[in-house]
Amino acid sequence: MADTIKYREITPYVWEIPRTGGMRVPGLVFATAGLMERAGREKALEQVKNVACLPGIVRASIAMPDIHWGYGFAIGGVAAFGREQGIISPGGVGYDIACGIRLVRSDLSADEEADRLPGLVHELSRSIPAGVGRGGDIHLDRRAMDRVLSRGVSWAIEQGYGWPEDVDAIEDGGCLQGAEPALVSDRARQRGLSQSGTLGAGNHFIEVQRVEQIYDGEAADAFGVFEGQLCLMIHSGSRGLGHQICTEQVKLMAGASRRAGITLPDRQLACAPIDSPEGRDYYAAMAAAVNFARTNRQVLTHLARRSFEHIFNSSAERLGLDLVYDVSHNMAKFEEHEVDGVNQTLCVHRKGATRSFPAGHPSVPERYRAVGQPVIVPGDMGTAPYLLKGTETAMSLSFGSTCHGAGRVMGRRAARRVINGHQLKTRLESEGITVRAGRTSALAEEAPEAYKDIDEVVETCHRAGLSQKVARLRPLGVVKG
Amino acid sequence: MKDYEIIEHTADIGIRAFGDTEEHLFENAAAGMFSLICNPSLVRDTHAYPVSIEAEDRETLLVEWLNELLFLFEARGVIFGRFEVDDISEVHLTATAFGEDLDRERHRLMADIKAVTYHMLKVRRVDGRWEATVIFDI
Repeated sequence: MADTIKYREITPYVWEIPRTGGMRVPGLVFATAGLMERAGREKALEQVKNVACLPGIVRASIAMPDIHWGYGFAIGGVAAFGREQGIISPGGVGYDIACGIRLVRSDLSADEEADRLPGLVHELSRSIPAGVGRGGDIHLDRRAMDRVLSRGVSWAIEQGYGWPEDVDAIEDGGCLQGAEPALVSDRARQRGLSQSGTLGAGNHFIEVQRVEQIYDGEAADAFGVFEGQLCLMIHSGSRGLGHQICTEQVKLMAGASRRAGITLPDRQLACAPIDSPEGRDYYAAMAAAVNFARTNRQVLTHLARRSFEHIFNSSAERLGLDLVYDVSHNMAKFEEHEVDGVNQTLCVHRKGATRSFPAGHPSVPERYRAVGQPVIVPGDMGTAPYLLKGTETAMSLSFGSTCHGAGRVMGRRAARRVINGHQLKTRLESEGITVRAGRTSALAEEAPEAYKDIDEVVETCHRAGLSQKVARLRPLGVVKG
Repeated sequence: MKDYEIIEHTADIGIRAFGDTEEHLFENAAAGMFSLICNPSLVRDTHAYPVSIEAEDRETLLVEWLNELLFLFEARGVIFGRFEVDDISEVHLTATAFGEDLDRERHRLMADIKAVTYHMLKVRRVDGRWEATVIFDI
């Protein structure tokens, strides 16, 4: 076991891991004392230290309150690298490139429609393919796949999978520029093709939710959200396509790290200088996976709108099923940030962290620019998802980032040992939550007990100023793989 | 003597595989990975799939071998229950994976393994036996 990591509280909810050994910058963790102690116990803080050793890292190796032990980079980590001296790392993004969340609002009252909700959840589970090894109904030929990879959601809109205004409510307008379809291997395409239009398994889900509480009326109005409202949340990623791209790139990067003379504390931290052939190729392939992930969530949204239309016997437009926002939590992006009073372009890696840009920022959709970027944080079956907004404080403390969820505290096997999936389903249903899962026994792995307290995580971000609470939701129906 | 054991990682799952030879080590690592995906007793070995891998070192060879099987499973829809390594060196492997076409009803899949990672990856000899540790992203 490694030595205990030393850290100190510098302001409430902000902890510093001072520079030691090969660290180029300190570690900076946003947490309560309890969350901090837990992160230290499971070696996540050691991973924060390891990332601080990478070349070109700017200001600090940062971790969110939902930090937990990942492979290489901790999950819940943010690291920004200078364009000239810095590196880019597939491990700093993760295998599920552009895994993310989208929230769809409605004009419906959850209470008035209570009788129809079990039917809606059933219809969603029927029309949206989910689960391990489940294929989708969207078939892409090579040209169409190239368009998805290079253009993202606008392709889906042209094909009728959604509305033109959806694009404005997606990070980067639904398309990360610089994607290069030619760099996406046949293997990645094959894994992606069989899964287009599918939800996936594990922690991915579609939920029907009720808005429980509004904290910020002005922002809620801007986001089109009101108390008692019925909403839909989708959590999914780039499926096998992204996994394969990351797999191939981590392998290529091992050689690149060696050639660049970078000593790696962990092989999974393999990286390349941003301005190197390997660094440029990774970014271009990753951007293609980002576009695939967002297009996939768009297709899922389209299928979900059809389910609502079927159950409520009305059009999605009349039901007010507008996209509030789509934001990813596994990504590397070039962004402008102020460092020591100077604006710099940095490559910001967020692995299990959500972008949280403030009011007035040009990257925030115009319709939200007066209040800030919507940040969507999923709960976990039975625990509350949140809608937050980005802040100026996040810009100055965490390169415009906040948490991405509750964060696991219990391994999947451990969860299966202590929680019975069937009992969990019964318990959730007694709390008024309809559950449709591919395999009930697998539900246990995603039980609320397996995760940190979402309220504590969100509250910590709120008090540290990384994001401000806008609304708290409650799941009424869950579809899982 | 067990062939493999499951190890726990907060967000993910790994395996520790054992073997008296390198061949058995790689066979057992593959069996361990597929035991997370599907109960091996549900898989018939009616088809044989040849696999050939080159890598720069033994640990990368293990990751590449497992990633290859994962790719065949996901992209070609075949599930494996048994493995035979025919020839192995530090940087090369030829093997045969035995299995059948995936049948979602019958195979009752469990975990969705996204990838085989290099995190905590280790292949070593302990007291004359081979031992490998590998973590999956789930």
